[in-house]
Formats: sequence, C-alpha cells, structure tokens
Amino acid sequence: MSDGVSEINQPAMNVSDEVAIAIEKMNKWFGTFHVLRDIDLTVYRGERIVIAGPSGSGKSTLIRCINALEEHQQGSITVDGTLLSSDIKNIDTIRSEVGMVFQHFNLFPHLSILDNCTLAPIWVRKIPKKEAEETAMHFLEKVKIPEQADKYPGQLSGGQQQRVAIARSLCMRPRIMLFDEPTSALDPEMIKEVLDTMVELAEDGMTMICVTHEMGFAREVANRVIFMDEGQIVEQNEPAEFFDNPKSPRTQLFLSQILGH
Amino acid sequence: MPVERSQIAFVREEQLPERSPPVLETGALKWIRENLLNGVTGTLLTLVSLYAIYFVLSSVLPWIINGLWNTNNIRECKDILAGMSGGCFSVLSDRWNQLLFGITYPNDQYWRPSLAFVLLLIALAPVLFSQVPRQLLVFSALYPFIAFWLIWGGTILFSAVALIGFGVAYMVYSRLVARSFAVAIVVGLLAAVVTWWLGGFVSDAFPDFAALEVVASRDMGGFMLNMILGVVCVSLSLPLGILLALGRQSSMPIIKWICVVFIEFIRGVPLITLLFVANVVLAYFLPPGSNFDLILRVIIMITMFAAAYIAEVIRGGLAALPRGQYEAADSVGLDYAQSMRLIILPQALKISIPGIVNVAVGLFKDTTLVSVISMFDLVGMIRGPILASTDWNGVYWELWLFAAVLFFTVCYGISQYSQWLERQLTTDHR
Repeated sequence: MSDGVSEINQPAMNVSDEVAIAIEKMNKWFGTFHVLRDIDLTVYRGERIVIAGPSGSGKSTLIRCINALEEHQQGSITVDGTLLSSDIKNIDTIRSEVGMVFQHFNLFPHLSILDNCTLAPIWVRKIPKKEAEETAMHFLEKVKIPEQADKYPGQLSGGQQQRVAIARSLCMRPRIMLFDEPTSALDPEMIKEVLDTMVELAEDGMTMICVTHEMGFAREVANRVIFMDEGQIVEQNEPAEFFDNPKSPRTQLFLSQILGH
Repeated sequence: MPVERSQIAFVREEQLPERSPPVLETGALKWIRENLLNGVTGTLLTLVSLYAIYFVLSSVLPWIINGLWNTNNIRECKDILAGMSGGCFSVLSDRWNQLLFGITYPNDQYWRPSLAFVLLLIALAPVLFSQVPRQLLVFSALYPFIAFWLIWGGTILFSAVALIGFGVAYMVYSRLVARSFAVAIVVGLLAAVVTWWLGGFVSDAFPDFAALEVVASRDMGGFMLNMILGVVCVSLSLPLGILLALGRQSSMPIIKWICVVFIEFIRGVPLITLLFVANVVLAYFLPPGSNFDLILRVIIMITMFAAAYIAEVIRGGLAALPRGQYEAADSVGLDYAQSMRLIILPQALKISIPGIVNVAVGLFKDTTLVSVISMFDLVGMIRGPILASTDWNGVYWELWLFAAVLFFTVCYGISQYSQWLERQLTTDHR
C-alpha cells in the first residue's frame, strides 16, 4: 500500500537537535512476560518515526509507555524534559503535552464532535469555552470536517472519526503526537484521508511517533523507521536504506512478507 | 424460443396516473385483517381474547359502577347493595386523610405535607428535565430544607442552620481542594459539624422564630410516609451507590475492600432484618437516653440497602465501557475526578438506567415493609387501624386496589420517565 500518500513538501520537515523524548534502558513486563527489553530511543524535535514490526512485538506497548498508559518497571523515560515517574501530577503534565491517536479512535460517544475537541482544553488547560471552540473549529477545518462539528461520533464514518480524534489531540496543542495503528481499523478509501491528515501534520513540523503498517507512509514521510521484534529494537535506519537494504535477517523476512504481495 | 428485438425494446409514452390502493389494503380493514383475523389460529385467538376481556369487564365494571362512596360503614354498603355486585368505596372517602397522612398527623396541618408534595414536583422538574430553566436548580437544592421544615415543623432556623452548615463545608472544601482532596474533605466536614453545633444554640434559643407546629416522626403515616422514605432514599442511595461502585473499582486496596465488604454484606441480608435492626437493635448501641429518630434510622437502612444494589448495577455499566474510553480520557490529560465525571460516569450511568430504575422502583415498593416494624405507612394503615375498625372490617378489595393504584401510578411514572430519558440520551442514531 505504498500509494496512499499525497506529494510531500520535504524541505518543511526539518529536524532540530533538541531532544523531545529520551528513553534509556527501559524494561517492561506483563506479569512475568518480558514485553520490552532494554529499549534505548532518543527522539528529536520535529522527527517523524515509524515503528514497524509483527504483532506482539511490543511496538504499541512502547508508545503507550511514553504517555504512561502503561507503566514501565525499569529504566527512564523523559518527555519534553519531564522525567516520567509515578507522580500523578507529573503524568498529567506529560499527557497534556503528548497527543495520542488510537486504533479504534476512542472518541467520546456521548459528546458532540465539537465537545469532544473542547473538553480537554476547557478542563485541563482552563481555556475559556469560546476560545476553545474557535481552536476546535480551526483544527476541524484542518482535518477537513468542520461541517460535522455538531454531530455525534456515531454518525460519522471511520475515517472521519479518526480525523476528529486527530483534531481532538491537536486542540491540546501537543508538542508530540503518538499514533497507535491509526489506520488499521479503516477501509482502504478512508486510510488515505487519514494518512493525508498525518502528512500535513508532519509538514507542520510536529514530532510524531507512528506505529503503523503503512509502509508507503513510512517511506515517504518518516525520517527514521524502527523495526521491533520480541520486545527489542532490531533495526533502525532512514526509510530508503531500511526498505532497500535491510541488514538484519529478521527485518528482511518481515519486509519480504509485507511487501511481497 | 428466440425473443424478437421489438419485444424487448420499450419506451413509455404516457405517465400512469396515481391510483389509491385497494380498500382491503389500507386503514382499519387492513389492520383488522392482519392483526385480528390472520388465518384460522389468529381468528380463534381473537375470539378467545374477546371472551376473556368480556368476562373480566362484565365482573369488574358493575362492581365499579355500582360502587358506593357515601356510606358510613360496611354494613350500610351491604344493605344498600342488597346482594348486588358493587364496591364499598366509601372507605376511601371516609378514611382519605388517614390513608394519605396517617392517624396522628394533626388534622389542621395537612396543608403542610400537601404543599411539600407540590413543591417536590417543582423541585424535581429541573433535575429530571434539562429543558427546564437551570436557575430552578437553586430551588431544588433548597427544597430538602424547606420540605423538612414544612413536614416536621419547628423553627425554620433549624433548617437554615443545616443549610448553612452544608454551605460552609462546601466553601472550606473548595478553598482547600487544590492543595489536597483528603484534607479538604475532612476539614470541610469538621467545619460543617462545628457550624451545626454552634447553630444548634441559635435555633434552640429562638424556638418560635417562624415556627410551625412540631410534628414528631412517630406521627407520620399513610402514603406520605412512603413518599418521604421513597424520595429521600432514592435520592441518597444514587450518589452513595456511585461512590461505592467507583470505590469497588479503586486501585487503593483499603477503599476497595471497604466497598466490597459493605456491598456484599448489605446485599446478603434481607431488608426486613435491616429494618428490625433499625427499629430494635440499634437502640442498644446508642447511649441511653439518646433520641435517634426512627424515620432517620429507617432511612439510613433503606438507603444503604438500595445503594448496595445500585452500586452493583453501576459497576456493570462501568465494566461495559470499552477500555479505550478510560485511555482516551487519560491521554487527553484529564485527572481521575474529571475523567469519571465527564467521560466515564455519563456513559456508565446511561447504560445503567434500566437497572437503576429497577432498584428505585423496588425500593419505593419496599418502603411498605416498614409496616412490619409497626410504622403506619399506607399498608400499615390499611392492615391496622382501617381494616381493624368495626366500620370497615372486610373491605379488602377496595383498599388494596387503592394502594395498588397509588403505587402503580408512581412506579409507572418512574418507568416512563426513564424510557424517555434513555431516548433523549441516545447519540448513536443506529
């Protein structure tokens, strides 16, 4: 599926030297099962990282650790200079700086699209309602569905819902965006509209970490592709090098399986 | 056989006019044919049902139509009816006030609970219907204090002090909550207790200030008692049930176990034993001479009982929410209280509405159990003073039918409201 992405404005996507996320020697277990093993990862501001790998390799768990949806047991995660600890205040600070988009959208079904987008700015950022609504409409226009603002999530298609979910995250003006398989639950037609939105976001210089199987997106948009297997980072490289010249036999096997048809 | 080309080609040259459907396919005739005379079995069932309806009506209607409303006792009824079928409804008109207010509530004060009932409807309106102006909620918040003053009487200062106590507690709480939730709660409660204690002197000092005749709890009775118990217990057990349900899900082991033990214990005990405990046993634990109001004791027991059930219903609602909702609420940075209040509970409560209504309706009917601990609620009144009187001994059907109608009206109202509410809250438009 390498054809899902529109043309891209590469020069806009500069990467700075500033560190956005630093993960050091991070380990996580589910019970006795060692899901993440000695993860070291430094993400620079403006970087767009795609994490690929077979299911069960720990890629979703990795990005869920970054905003503390999962707890890690060893090592350290520093997000935007804040060390992630078990302190609730600390966690809430990081979560309000890090946007997250889920595979199943997870919009709030009892709230209108507009309320979905204004809820967190109003309650977490304490922004006045009117201003929050203006911001929300701005981002709903950006994801190209301002006309749906008064509907409820249940009335929208999957692609529209996912774009609302992206807008909802953006309304908090996050500095980092995490995408957990954002297109895996969508029809092919809708995948494109969501990917286009993500490309635009990348062009705006957003720091992004995407767990995805969209290798076309990875090749065009990412400036680093990470391959994970069995809870470890097996290989990481620039996309061209990663796809055309994979080093590890495990990566080669994976790529041959997903690109082979 | 080969089809010739001219047979396939077709062009419409004139519009067909619109015609009305055949007579048998529309309106009442179609409905009758499809619903009443649908085949042999259908027709037979219709005939059987018609006969059943005729049978019931032919015995009930004369009983109601011939019913007497103005006799002085059951013997007069029997004389006048002289063997004819007919109800002796005079018992209702004769004992109307007793059925509604009990025996000992002062006759000249009936306007007070009646007014409280009318005000209740006004106070409930903004709570139940979001179309009603929100400003009325202020009245809803004041209502419990007004109603207490109206029904029990005494000086209005008592209610005022109670209200001020809550106000002080809230102010202290909102000052401190930013620093620490637990400290805010504890200090807020302390402030309320101190206010009540100090205010007690004031209301004791002016017992005649805007005072109504005092009516003791033991003088409450009739359907009024059922309404008091039902309304108070439902409105208290819902928030308590929510807290218990959240507590049972808590990650803090002590809170979790307190809630689990409470819920499991209360659910495992029949309500009637709790009422006996309230009536008899509790007195042993209280310091001698302390006068702990019987209605208050009963309210506490019924509330705890209903709260345990409601907690389990809401727990079901919480469990039915996808985990993604919790994660989404977390990921946008909402704290625990916000995510519960704004995201999780609105959805979980909506799912739980049928179950909560089930408990509320059950609770309301269970208030009649207090007749067993010799309180004279509607059932207690009928069973005791009215049926035992020489005038009305034997008018079972009329009295119990009346009780059934009263309870049915309230319960059916609750049920209809809840279904309307569910439709209002639908957002998925499936």
